[in-house]
Amino acid sequence: MNHTRRNFLKFMGVAAAGLCAASAGSALAVSGAGSSIKEPANAANAKRWGMIIDTQKCGTKEAIEALSKACHSVHNVPDIPGNQNVKWIWAAKFSEAFDQHNNYMDEAHETCQYVLLCNHCTNPPCVRVCPTKATYKRADGIVAMDYHRCIGCRYCMAGCPYGARSFNFMDPRKYLDPSKLNKEFPTRMRGVVEKCNFCVERLAHGKQPACVEASNGGLVFGDLGDANSEIRKLLREHYTIRRKPSHGTEPGVYYII
Amino acid sequence: MLEKALKGSPKYYMWVGYLLLLIGGTSGAYVNQLMEGLTITGMSRDVSWGFYIAQFTYLVGLAASGVMIVLPYYFHHYKKFKDLVIFGEFMAIAAVVMCLGFIVVDIGQPQRMLNVLIFSTPNSVLFWDMVVLNGYLILNVLVGWTCLECDRQRLPHPKWTKVLAYTSIVWAFSIHTVTAFLYQGLPGRHYWLTAILAARFLASAFCSGPAILLLVILLTEKVTTFKAGAEAIATLAKIITYAMCVNVFFFALEVFTAFYSNQPGHMHSIVYLFKGLEGHSELVPFMWTAAFLGLGSLALLIPPKLRDNLKLLPWSLAILVIATWIDKGLGLLIGGFNPTPFETITPYWPTGKELLVSLMIYGTGALVVTILFKVATEVKQEIGASQKPAAELAAE
Repeated sequence: MNHTRRNFLKFMGVAAAGLCAASAGSALAVSGAGSSIKEPANAANAKRWGMIIDTQKCGTKEAIEALSKACHSVHNVPDIPGNQNVKWIWAAKFSEAFDQHNNYMDEAHETCQYVLLCNHCTNPPCVRVCPTKATYKRADGIVAMDYHRCIGCRYCMAGCPYGARSFNFMDPRKYLDPSKLNKEFPTRMRGVVEKCNFCVERLAHGKQPACVEASNGGLVFGDLGDANSEIRKLLREHYTIRRKPSHGTEPGVYYII
Repeated sequence: MLEKALKGSPKYYMWVGYLLLLIGGTSGAYVNQLMEGLTITGMSRDVSWGFYIAQFTYLVGLAASGVMIVLPYYFHHYKKFKDLVIFGEFMAIAAVVMCLGFIVVDIGQPQRMLNVLIFSTPNSVLFWDMVVLNGYLILNVLVGWTCLECDRQRLPHPKWTKVLAYTSIVWAFSIHTVTAFLYQGLPGRHYWLTAILAARFLASAFCSGPAILLLVILLTEKVTTFKAGAEAIATLAKIITYAMCVNVFFFALEVFTAFYSNQPGHMHSIVYLFKGLEGHSELVPFMWTAAFLGLGSLALLIPPKLRDNLKLLPWSLAILVIATWIDKGLGLLIGGFNPTPFETITPYWPTGKELLVSLMIYGTGALVVTILFKVATEVKQEIGASQKPAAELAAE
């Protein structure tokens, strides 16, 4: 027996290759078993989820703040002062919301406030630029996020033409009241990006999004892929616009002006 | 060869010690950032990239710039650059190290960094930027180190180094193109959404990068016995001048397109940078300084008499570097994020801690340059490529 270094290295090489093959095999076996996640029986499903916002029904700061409150408390979104804040749904002026400049805007629209949130685009630039697939588009059109995969590069924030994304510049938990936390939804850690998720966790239990529930009919949520859905009926009956259509992102949020 | 970096004059030790102290001292700010998060920076929900990413972008240009020496040497057999090639390659190594450093300090969850590899996503330009930057680093380490080692042993360079050197030339263009693609592929960011951005990046890289390199080489000549050669310096200055002309021309194209077409989106960023918008004019003095220094550097570089004046040249280069740094290291990022998607202005300015963290990385880059240039100059001296001062020759 000659225990040379060369032989030792050969042995180690074979052993390492064997280990790799074994772990790859088990990984294949796991993925081959198929998804074991079971949807609740009452889950709401759609071809393409979308939202329509009647700006006449929720066009004041107070009305929209009620929506923010409902959303932010359900999703444990902290209220951070300053411009390193986190927000999922908020109010903005016409000029901030839409790129349709008008020198002689009528008073009603000039003073009206508009609901802004993630547009859950058909062609989401945030998904296109994310280097880890931490943000991804589901088959039902919802643009969702994996907070545990996000590296916090903020490329999605630069990519989003709607300013819908927020970054946790600091530990968000410091700004949350532990007694008021929603235990059904995770809090986030510092250093990751977040945004509106169209309440995927509520849809999975057959519930409407929190903001829709709080809107008294001002917001309607439904399946854009179903010609008989209520949202499609409203789209047939009203003239609607979307934010910045020229970017080709195909937003899933429509506004009745 | 690395042992050559261990022995040096007291001045060398003092400089290395100073850099180590600087890195050690400023790393406290980075530790603070790791504990508190990026909240210690001036970045915000609207300006979500800042000083770090801007420095990254500027330094990718510095990394790519070595090619302005390597290309004439390998493609055109311009032998006068023979002794400069190694410095171009070593400067590229230091620049890429700094680039990677600025990326690492900018991300919110650095311990998850390898997710970019584990969940590699080819549709993300960031993935490709990671590939080209690391590839360029490896290419330059392999080619630079092997060629220098061969020089030292008075052996011909292995054939494969030539193949890799040719590859690295094309690769250099790719690193800055891909870095520009990070920006120019984003909808709604009008200052970036322009086909000429990659070309602008390359032009500004090929003037500012060699300018920094030439300044460091002139400094190296002062503190070591190495001599670059008057003709090599004159040629490099000429290259810098051409690239700066192209750089200024490309910016003028941007201005024409924006203002003659009268497209509000295209105009607003430029108006914000040079005139101020909605009562915000934080960057106006900087941008005009950049404009004047940029044109001033051309005035000092275009006339051959002024360009070949070695007393004046460092100053011309320095103002060129300042002008291009303001353009790319400040204006590009802040002008890209302003106006925000809500057509509002959110001012951004780096905080003291942000600058300290940046200083840590610049210090690290300076240390890498110092060590690599020390090794290179020592080897050059050993093989007699450098000209010793007359007094020293007489003593021998």
